[in-house]
Amino acid sequence: MRPFHYEHAADRAQALSLAAASADTHYLAGGTTLVDLMKLDVMRPATVVDINALARDHSEIALDGDHLRLGALARMSDVAEHPAVRRDFPLIAQSLDLAASPQIRNMASLGGNVLQRTRCPYFRDTHWAACNKRKPGSGCAAMEGVNRKLAVLGVSDHCIANYPGDFATVLAALGATVDVEGAGGRRVIAFEDLHRLPGDTPHVETTLKPGELITGFSVPAGSWTRRSLYLKIRDRQSFEFALASAAVALDLEGGNVRTARIGLGGVAAKPWRSHEAEAALQGHRLDEASARAAADAAFAGATAHGQNAFRIELGKRTLVRALIQTAKLET
Amino acid sequence: MAHDTGPKRGPSRRGILTGAGGVAALPLVAAAQPAAHPPAPGARPRMDITLTVNGRDHRVALDPRTTLLDALREHLDMTGSKKGCDHGQCGACTVHIDGRRVLACLTLAATVQGRKVTTIEGLARDGVLHPMQAAFIEHDAFQCGYCTPGQIMSAVACVQEGHANTDEKTREYMSGNLCRCAAYPKIVAAIRDAATKMARA
Ligand SMILES: Cc1cc2nc3c(=O)[nH]c(=O)nc-3n(C[C@H](O)[C@H](O)[C@H](O)COP(=O)(O)OP(=O)(O)OC[C@H]3O[C@@H](n4cnc5c(N)ncnc54)[C@H](O)[C@@H]3O)c2cc1C
Ligand code: SF4
Ligand code: FES
Ligand code: FES
Repeated sequence: MRPFHYEHAADRAQALSLAAASADTHYLAGGTTLVDLMKLDVMRPATVVDINALARDHSEIALDGDHLRLGALARMSDVAEHPAVRRDFPLIAQSLDLAASPQIRNMASLGGNVLQRTRCPYFRDTHWAACNKRKPGSGCAAMEGVNRKLAVLGVSDHCIANYPGDFATVLAALGATVDVEGAGGRRVIAFEDLHRLPGDTPHVETTLKPGELITGFSVPAGSWTRRSLYLKIRDRQSFEFALASAAVALDLEGGNVRTARIGLGGVAAKPWRSHEAEAALQGHRLDEASARAAADAAFAGATAHGQNAFRIELGKRTLVRALIQTAKLET
Repeated sequence: MAHDTGPKRGPSRRGILTGAGGVAALPLVAAAQPAAHPPAPGARPRMDITLTVNGRDHRVALDPRTTLLDALREHLDMTGSKKGCDHGQCGACTVHIDGRRVLACLTLAATVQGRKVTTIEGLARDGVLHPMQAAFIEHDAFQCGYCTPGQIMSAVACVQEGHANTDEKTREYMSGNLCRCAAYPKIVAAIRDAATKMARA
């Protein structure tokens, strides 16, 4: 690991001013992404600002009218166990419960979680010269390499890395917003606008400005949030990233879809909401045929690169199963 | 020992094994933190920090890069916590911080100041094994034993969290601890047994 300056921020104001004081600063929350990638020499911050003391002000888990408020420093395990989250937003609890391991969930913060990096093997291993995300302009070793787990949606000719996280897939599906604060003040971003598609700049992953701090998330409750499910398909039963996942929330009236919210995980370049699948279901009776039609719409623009071709069909079947199971839930 | 600013002890088993008790103290430090990269301009090479481990305070001067796992093993001579992968993937380094199970390999030691760390060395009370330790022995829940300290620290927390009331739940909530010897069935049996004893205690 390269040497770095370690700074401890006592509060938000200090965190922001420490980050403004030097370029190349990274905030440190649970460290389960940052420390891992610093050991691999993939992330090389000159300064690390420990923001764990901000948990005092930014770890709320609360229903505020018709919104769920989640602080950026809330830990994955605490959110997953929270009774109001389990009751009113089952898919949020499930997406967290099914992620990583109990130890990691005790450490990891929601802010760090949504900013986790791809698990593309060439990104994580600096012995490979070609990785546009790690080294802009160097090429992409994954295009014709080991890409079984990489993305089929939202990819570009420059990068086919997948966004690996579970929770962010749900935030995208539910139309959450992100509270951000930086030198330029506070702003609220639609969660769908936080991550960027790779295009020809895969190294620029988010719309955050240097030094901006995520302080929390706001998730709107709706008539669809209680009838919801996060289904995760993976190589082993537990402690594994998704090969494909589906976040589904439904408002049904007599078997017909009034509102559908649909997110797809594991298969896309960024946390993915499928507006196409939602539109395909709107007003239709939910059955195998309409679920399949929605899945076909969701993956209509998918692109495969050899090894990962099977994940288009796997992604569709995952969504079909999630839709059918969600429709059967008692609420 | 040259690298240890903590309280002086007699020669440890590890010290003798590595030769660090006498002549060859430096290679041990070098192995823990390869000096492959020159210091960042103006970076503080050492930070004075206090680690509270198993109820005792230890003052150590550490490079900010030092993980809690390396601090325990290389600076405090507590080698019970194991380094399996060093990347969060195996659970061998599991310890408790303020009563919650976490991974020492992804925790920077500097972030642990003012918090209470419990390691496998701190589980026994007055020479009596913790019920989980006793159950692992009774049920033969290991072969090589390398994963065992992490398994036991994780299992104690798993029971305390209420995630060990069925075998199915135990398996799910112990999935962060890998065992290359595949002692899993016996680990589940040991946890089932210890959970009952911990509930009675
Ligand atoms: C072995 C392993 C298995 C895993 N399996 C899964 C899985 O199955 N599913 C899944 O979803 N995830 C999985 N993860 C990823 C894990 O969930 C993330 O590493 C974790 O959530 C990151 O949170 P953190 O608080 O530790 O982030 P950190 O490592 O502290 O930070 C990550 C990044 O976010 C930045 N950051 C952190 N907080 C803020 C903030 N408030 N504002 C601005 N920037 C911030 C940091 O600067 C850093 O760049 C796994 C991780 C490991 C190591
Ligand atoms: S897919 Fe993206 S992250 Fe992976 S090697 Fe190609 S450019 Fe790098
Ligand atoms: S050594 Fe920490 S998880 Fe493997
Ligand atoms: S007993 Fe050998 S790794 Fe678990």
